[in-house]
Amino acid sequence: MSESLRYIQAVNAALAWALDSRSDTVYFGEDVALPGGPFGATKGLHKRFGSDRIFDTPISETGFLGMALGAAMTGLRPIAEIMYADFSFVAMDQIVNQIATIRYSSAGRWKAPLVIRMQQGYSPGACAQHSHSVEAYFAHTPGLRVALPSTPDDAYQMLRTAVTSDDPVVVAEARMLYPTRGPVRADAPVEPIGGARVVRDGRDATVVAWSRMVPAALAAADQLAAEGFETEVIDLRWLNPLDFDTVGASVSRTGRLVVAHEANLTGGFGAEIAARATSECFADLKAPVARVAAPDVPMPAAPALQKAVVPEAEHVAEAVRATVRR
Amino acid sequence: MGLPDDYRAMARIRRFEERLAALKDDGEIPGSIHLCNGQEAIPVGAARALRDGDHVTATYRGHGWALTRGVDMTGLFAEMMGRDSAVNGGRAASPYLSDPGRWFMGENSIVGAGVPIATGAALTAQRTGSGAVSVVSIGDGAMNQGNVHEAINLAAVLDLPLVLVVENNVYSEMSRIEDMVRIRQLAERAAGYGIPGRVVDGNDPDAVAQAVTEAVTRAREGTGPSIVEAMTERLVGHYSGDVQHYRPAGEIAAAREREPLVRIRAAADAELTARLDAIDAEVAAEVEAAVAAAREVPFPDPATVKEYVYV
Repeated sequence: MSESLRYIQAVNAALAWALDSRSDTVYFGEDVALPGGPFGATKGLHKRFGSDRIFDTPISETGFLGMALGAAMTGLRPIAEIMYADFSFVAMDQIVNQIATIRYSSAGRWKAPLVIRMQQGYSPGACAQHSHSVEAYFAHTPGLRVALPSTPDDAYQMLRTAVTSDDPVVVAEARMLYPTRGPVRADAPVEPIGGARVVRDGRDATVVAWSRMVPAALAAADQLAAEGFETEVIDLRWLNPLDFDTVGASVSRTGRLVVAHEANLTGGFGAEIAARATSECFADLKAPVARVAAPDVPMPAAPALQKAVVPEAEHVAEAVRATVRR
Repeated sequence: MGLPDDYRAMARIRRFEERLAALKDDGEIPGSIHLCNGQEAIPVGAARALRDGDHVTATYRGHGWALTRGVDMTGLFAEMMGRDSAVNGGRAASPYLSDPGRWFMGENSIVGAGVPIATGAALTAQRTGSGAVSVVSIGDGAMNQGNVHEAINLAAVLDLPLVLVVENNVYSEMSRIEDMVRIRQLAERAAGYGIPGRVVDGNDPDAVAQAVTEAVTRAREGTGPSIVEAMTERLVGHYSGDVQHYRPAGEIAAAREREPLVRIRAAADAELTARLDAIDAEVAAEVEAAVAAAREVPFPDPATVKEYVYV
């Protein structure tokens, strides 16, 4: 059974599923209960589940992420919402020094089964402090799982997987994809964690993308098909656990790799994919690995300036063309 | 509980810390250690208010809290020696050790970071109706961390069963706390959160026990968090190797006249003195036995270094 939902509605459905099916879940963050969240992710949940299960916190990201950790250590399964991914930076101690480390540093005697839900990326007019793509910071940190759903169905399935994970999971959604609509398999069994997905087959080049760059890569592949290039597109989905096998198998077939992300270039997760491809698929590569990313500038607010930095389908297409020509 | 028991509990902590310092000097403890000599009455007094199931979170100066919560002494020594201890397998050492089996949420080397985490244990207690409380100990310097401010306010608005014990040893690491705040007592800040705050003599286990019991009772009744500021003095440096050149001449000597163990001995008659001497001897033997047992714990197998990152 699948129904057509917008991405943000799929998030809402996954949260309702979590609160309904697991009595150990609690949901908290800024403006999530009575207001229903600035994007409607928690719309109707407070009315349905009450203040014991979903409640508003003060504007205290460090405080409530630490609270999520302590609650997870002692038996609850908290889902904490960071309104904009940019605000996670004020709570980096709790995420990096506390949440990510407690299981390892206690030799597995504690665990931290919690979810940090956030949404990220640019949108027209949003300033540098509301536009970060944060995945590389968290994928760099041992102990965290990192999920970046690109479709309504993945927004639903991956968030459910995150809630059932015994490891802490950062789920970074794509705000620009919230209005997109697609089929959602509401009754599907909860998926195991991890797994990239080939979302378009092709023999000439591989594009690895995640989050908003997946639809951009698919649009690029359509353009390239009209020009005679068959592009394979992989939605990486989880940066941790990283399914490099799917990437490597594709690169071994196509011999060409382009990695596309909205985050800026230097130290972006594309660098990790490029390094892995170089060390694991070197003999199969017919061209250097190319990266599509924002240049290394803070995100400007004016749409005219944003257009000059935000990667889109045309940038992916151009990178594939350049790679195939070599 | 009472005098001889409190004395024994405090003497165990003192002897443990003194032995650790000697082991550090001898090269048996690889990392930095932060000792609580002089502050023993605070965890010992607080322990009287607690029962099984109550969670305790402490700072990196938290060995006393680990011991009063019942964490195994041999395991603690072995952990700090970098051995494969039953506490944390050599992955935490002195400033980050924890023991879920004894409801010890752990120390924390990030100043103040344990307070939000303790708030989470209080949330679990509240949501599950367990009746447990969450006690978190921090130093005076931690009161200037944003994480502490956020967590106290959070606990206050949610009426969480949290007790914040501020061990005010008048030094914010190596700087005087009076140079770091404009208020006389840190517990005055409680009013700013709309919760009770009080100041007690932190070198008197009875005074600490009474204040913490009041706060714990309030927490168990569902009326929210409190702050207990326990005034004390550190007899040793901020960290092992701290020569304390920043402390005025005579300050530590004066503190030695007021510290909790000396205070009990000063008031003891001949009969009690004899009992205390016997306790000291028993504690010394216990600590030596723990050190000897810890030395038998093997070092962790490097092949296991990648274990426990993920479930």
